[in-house]
Amino acid sequence: MSLLKADAMIAGYGKTRILNECSIAVDRGEIAVIVGPNGAGKSTAMKAIFGMLPLEAGSITLDGKNIEKLSPQDRVAQGMAFVPQTSNVFVSLSVEENLEMGGFLREDDINKTRDQIYSLFPILFEKRKQAAGELSGGQRQQVAVGRALMTEPTLLMLDEPTAGVSPLVMDELFDRIIEVRNTGIAVLMVEQNAKQALEIADTGYVLVSGENRFTDTGEALLADAEVRQTFLGG
Amino acid sequence: MSNDILNALVIVSNYILVPGLAYGSQLALGALGITLVYAVLRFSNFAHGDSMAFGTTFTILGTTWLQSKGISLGPLPTALLAMPFGIIAAILLCLIMDKLVYQHYRQQKSTPVMFVIASVGVMFITNGLVRFIIGPGDRVFSDGQRFIIKAREFKRMYGLSEGLSIKMTQGLTLVIAIVAMALLFWFLQRTKTGKSMRAYSDNEDLALLSGINPQRVVFITWLIVGALIAIAGVLYGLDKSFKPFTYFQLLLPMFAAAIVGGIGNPVGAVLGGFIIAFSEIAVTYAYRKFLIYLLPEQYEPNGLMQLLSTDYKFAVSFMILVAVLIWRPTGLLRGKSI
Repeated sequence: MSLLKADAMIAGYGKTRILNECSIAVDRGEIAVIVGPNGAGKSTAMKAIFGMLPLEAGSITLDGKNIEKLSPQDRVAQGMAFVPQTSNVFVSLSVEENLEMGGFLREDDINKTRDQIYSLFPILFEKRKQAAGELSGGQRQQVAVGRALMTEPTLLMLDEPTAGVSPLVMDELFDRIIEVRNTGIAVLMVEQNAKQALEIADTGYVLVSGENRFTDTGEALLADAEVRQTFLGG
Repeated sequence: MSNDILNALVIVSNYILVPGLAYGSQLALGALGITLVYAVLRFSNFAHGDSMAFGTTFTILGTTWLQSKGISLGPLPTALLAMPFGIIAAILLCLIMDKLVYQHYRQQKSTPVMFVIASVGVMFITNGLVRFIIGPGDRVFSDGQRFIIKAREFKRMYGLSEGLSIKMTQGLTLVIAIVAMALLFWFLQRTKTGKSMRAYSDNEDLALLSGINPQRVVFITWLIVGALIAIAGVLYGLDKSFKPFTYFQLLLPMFAAAIVGGIGNPVGAVLGGFIIAFSEIAVTYAYRKFLIYLLPEQYEPNGLMQLLSTDYKFAVSFMILVAVLIWRPTGLLRGKSI
């Protein structure tokens, strides 16, 4: 039984249907990656799972509980965390304040979680007094992930975390994401850099026109001739 | 000769520095309210000036009531004691108007210009309420001791021909403004609620994802803005006098202050308040006497040496506003988020 199970989701904007019975699942300590061509509905699937887009049909369960009726904020309280692709930090707040806002809902002491995040992303500790808007792209993404981790989520959702960062930074970010997974968190992410993302994926979903085309381990997808040919550029 | 320079300095202090500090503090408090509404609720609140008149109205009523009971603060104006009435009235006004008007437009996700037009409506309603309650006339409601330093005593003490006078209301304005601003900045920078307001102002969507409750942020913002409104209004009224129409006219310098400093930026609002106040006073002051002290006799000016008549003082904030909008639209300190 997976931690997150999104089953046969149908959703879209107005009359345009984007997701056609799309299913995604991810378990604790696993990285699931959604890849696919532009307009395949990758980001839409993320939005639907997080409740930013209402489902026309389908179900979503988190830890066995149905959550499709919950608002995004309530899903945060249930243990989901989401890192949007853009505007994912409070630019005028310091790094430390960004993390503090991430843990806004928590009544208990957040310092321990903050220190864990600082040890995961040491650069954030160095820059903790600096405004997040003054950081480089890669550092900002670390702030964004750090902010999301402050709620101590069971499921971390990342929408294209490596968009617009250099290959070197991308590798480092992926390393950090693996570390996050190793702490037992379920990680679900959408990626443009399909090849590199599938390399670290426990499960890969290839979406085409809002439908599941291929689902397998990352390794198997990378080895699949058809997937390579069509989506990974040979 | 050296006495001439001292006399010139005293003149500048008396007619520009002291009034500028007082007026600047009043504008700064007003601009802070405008900038907070802009940062958190994302619209320019045209009802701000008239809301200040509303808060002051209830302070005046409270003052009259306290005076009738024979309660006073001795040398300090009784209005200080009555200020809580004004603060509560202004906060209630803000919250009720939010519930009746702005909330609807927030739910509709209306564009900022719709909010602005709605706030013009709120302005007219408030405007009418104030005139209905207290009338359109001029009112002086300061009592207690008038001066901290009297010109005549100053002259006697220092043996100068020019005197420096500091009114009680000017001193009070400065002290209260500093305390209010310190409290506000402490709240915004140090408390979790204050930080959540800044976070909400910075990035609404991400604030939602972090579990920050927008209704609570809006509520807290109106509490603070209501308090600032009443304090600014009462201090201005004590220092000058209370007349509803004057408060409406204050909108221009207050908006100019908020925009010059960088709208949405509280530090900018304070800076802008003083810039506007000092420019207005410096441009409309007649420098004749000042120059007589400093220049050799043969260059003594005949005219008033006044750049602009005081009747045109609003033109000063208007010109600064236009210049800033053309050359530095984000304001001196980058505005648009607190």
